[in-house]
Amino acid sequence: MDDLIKEFLIESHENLDRLERDLVELEKDPHDKETLSSIFRTIHTLKGSAGFLGYGQLEAVSHVGENLLSRMRDGLLVINPAIAGALLATVDVVRKMMGEIEASGAPEERDYSELIQLLDRLKDGSSNEAQPATPAPAPAPAPAPAPAPAPAPAPAAATAPAAQTPPAAPEELHEDETIEEEEAPSPAVVAPVVQKAAPVSVAPVETPKPALPAVAPAVLQEPTEHRSSAASDSSIRVDVSLLDKLMNLVGELVLARNQVLQFTSQHQDSAFLATAQRLNLITTELQGSAMKTRMQPIGNIWSKLPRVVRDLSASCGKEIRLEMEGKETELDKTIIEAIKDPLTHIVRNSVDHGIETPEVREARGKAAEGVLKMRAFHEGGQVNIEIIDDGGGIDLERVKAKAIQRGIISPEQAARMSDHEGLHLIFMPGFSTAEKITNVSGRGVGMDVVKTNIEKIGGTVDLQSQLGKGTTLKIKIPLTLAIIPALIVTSGGERFAIPQISLLELVRLEAAAAKEQIEFIHGAPVYRLRGKLLPLVYLNRELKLSSGGTATEEEREVNIVVVQADGHPFGLVVDDINDTQEIVVKPLGKQLKGVGCFAGATIMGDGKVALILDVLGLAQQSRVVSEVHDRTNHLDSAAAEARKNQEQKQTLLLFSVGQNTRMAIPLSMVARLEEFSRSSVEYSGGNPVVRYRGQILPLIQIANHLPVSPAAVSEAENEAMQVVVYTEKGKSVGLVVGKIEDVVSEVITEKRHSFGNGILGSIVVQNHVTDLLDVHSIIRAFDPSFFPNKTNPSAAA
Amino acid sequence: MTPSKQFATFSLGSLFLGVDVLKVQEVIRYQEMTRVPTAPMTVEGLINLRGQIITAIDLRRRLDLPPRSEGQLPMNVVVRTDEGALSFLVDQIGDVVEIEDESFERIPETVTGVVRDLVTGVYKLQNRLLLILDTEKAANLPVASTSALASTKN
Repeated sequence: MDDLIKEFLIESHENLDRLERDLVELEKDPHDKETLSSIFRTIHTLKGSAGFLGYGQLEAVSHVGENLLSRMRDGLLVINPAIAGALLATVDVVRKMMGEIEASGAPEERDYSELIQLLDRLKDGSSNEAQPATPAPAPAPAPAPAPAPAPAPAPAAATAPAAQTPPAAPEELHEDETIEEEEAPSPAVVAPVVQKAAPVSVAPVETPKPALPAVAPAVLQEPTEHRSSAASDSSIRVDVSLLDKLMNLVGELVLARNQVLQFTSQHQDSAFLATAQRLNLITTELQGSAMKTRMQPIGNIWSKLPRVVRDLSASCGKEIRLEMEGKETELDKTIIEAIKDPLTHIVRNSVDHGIETPEVREARGKAAEGVLKMRAFHEGGQVNIEIIDDGGGIDLERVKAKAIQRGIISPEQAARMSDHEGLHLIFMPGFSTAEKITNVSGRGVGMDVVKTNIEKIGGTVDLQSQLGKGTTLKIKIPLTLAIIPALIVTSGGERFAIPQISLLELVRLEAAAAKEQIEFIHGAPVYRLRGKLLPLVYLNRELKLSSGGTATEEEREVNIVVVQADGHPFGLVVDDINDTQEIVVKPLGKQLKGVGCFAGATIMGDGKVALILDVLGLAQQSRVVSEVHDRTNHLDSAAAEARKNQEQKQTLLLFSVGQNTRMAIPLSMVARLEEFSRSSVEYSGGNPVVRYRGQILPLIQIANHLPVSPAAVSEAENEAMQVVVYTEKGKSVGLVVGKIEDVVSEVITEKRHSFGNGILGSIVVQNHVTDLLDVHSIIRAFDPSFFPNKTNPSAAA
Repeated sequence: MTPSKQFATFSLGSLFLGVDVLKVQEVIRYQEMTRVPTAPMTVEGLINLRGQIITAIDLRRRLDLPPRSEGQLPMNVVVRTDEGALSFLVDQIGDVVEIEDESFERIPETVTGVVRDLVTGVYKLQNRLLLILDTEKAANLPVASTSALASTKN
């Protein structure tokens, strides 16, 4: 495609964006002359360029739009919704034509007469035919500035656009003459093209600008002119791929710098050290500057939102004011692109479901106009974006009911869910609470895509809502993807990088403390971090790395890296924690795409490759976070606290099995506690039994049915056996346990479910993790016929 | 003059293999590499090639050959594939040979196993046979080895 046309397209897209923004702005403040002039100027440039390049239809459409605007600028018309709508429609049409030009080189021949007529009608709406005389006084000042800087091309080019508009009707052509000549269109047409092609030739850029104030009120015009021309002079357009390459090179340089810095520790040469130091400083600065070239203010994508909100609220019959804060907050271009669609979706959602109609709002005692607020700000190396509406909020019960109805969760899970978890149901695939499907939302695809898209770029989404008050959606995203801060750890002799963004804290346990404080639930290690159970994942086991043998593992201190995946914290146990570093993220080859634990690789200071851990992938593999259904296991402490009061106390029998494993069963299930001497055990069919109250009581060694560490020798040799007798429908069975500990009356706050055989779950009793024994499944495993009917007797807890 | 092609050759146990010389980016001696835990066995590790991270595939494992004897360090043949550079670990590097297209034949039906799938054909040299490796296919690891892990994600 012709370079000229390409430039035209790029520039026009920007112009259209600005046009849209300005129109919405103008609608809010109809007497803002500055905005109006800006609109006029934009559409005029567009028309001029279109005429110059020979896009007749495009020119014709923008021409009538311009006519309408010129009336407004002259104060003969004031913007109203009809005019704004028509002008926005013009923008859409022009944008469509641009798309066609981009795709096929020329806009398709279409009939736009309807829009043209509409614009014409609006133009004539409040004025009579005699008015066109008004712009007439203008021509006088116009010729003066125009010929001065560019005397030669002006007259020649001036005729060109007029000649190149054959499709325009004769009367339109006539109007063309009057208006275009007043405003010296020739430099305006040539200027933008020249400006882009050769930024050096500043002179022609200036020429069209002074021409405009001639027509518009000059006083207001002057300052804006200055600003815009200064902006175009001081910036150049650069291909993004060039910036990407630059960024890559800087990444390499950062690595080389890191390598050089490693050498400095081995050398005493002060000249070398000073040079290295300088290299270090310059590289850091260069890295910052290079990153900045890719940074864009978030306002660039926000600028589309006023239009979205305007159109949508109009079609929903709502009144919504959009407030934006922190437009200038900068983000990497790739990230800007990635959050564009999710943000639009969230805004649509807020307008459609969040904010109520004016009637409802008034009935609820709120202002008729809803407020949708967007905030962006930097915090801790991340960008925070908040979308706050003062609408109806999210009805938790309705969300849960819908989720149950759609089969996303079961009613039991719904009852156990914390409010926070309940809210997050809206991020589940297939979820929608919209009563009716509108063209805006309610199709059940949306928030889950929003969440996945944001997580894809390493961000997180959080949601807070108060029924009747409004909803706040918080998005946290990294500043950039190319270079990230990461914690370097060692496990099984290999180094791994953990992105800082998923890091919560580091915990170090001395060997003695580790032995005591790391508890096991059904074989799964947990650590109590400030009273909450933190599941532990041993990195070397998860990655099947050879470790230094279990003996050393038990004796050494334990380093826990507390990370967060999908909102669930867990502890990653590593051998050593090295330091934090800025690392350059490199993707893995396709051969390794199936490996879920790694997000990429990086080159360390010594030139070796280290893998970057994908915390979410690791969590999924180690089942810290797994299917939807497991999510309910992790309860907010606050929610658990609240539930505590509602739950009734249960009386539990505590006993030990094997080594160090504490278990409990509800006392209501215990018929008797007995102590038998080992010599009284007899065998029937290979199974141990004892005679007991005229019956034969089969004995079950619980330890044999559970994955507990083998009992200490003394227990097996112990003369007395502790037996819990369980009776059901006249039949009894004896459960052989290690030692009866205690009977306690406790409020059971269930902390964790383990889905293993024989264990219902785990609780904390008397500051110890205690497993709840699943008596029924143990007995059934031992003797399937014990429970005569096949139905599953209701579980103890 | 009869049309001919140039091949970079290397050996792998008893096999004498060749790759179109235009596909070979470079040949480097053994590099220390970073293992990738839980990755398919065929992936030996990652190497740092002047700032680029490249996956090294053990061709012996890829072709179902017995592992090379201990202490024998493999060589890296870095080839360009549709999806970036990739290193194949081979036993020994041979010469670049120019062979006339006439001596080409399809691989006989009697050859079975992975070798058959990954070799496009045979050139008859004077005293031995040169098998031509399909680098794209060799770079595509069988899905089965990774599917178990892939399914836990998502």
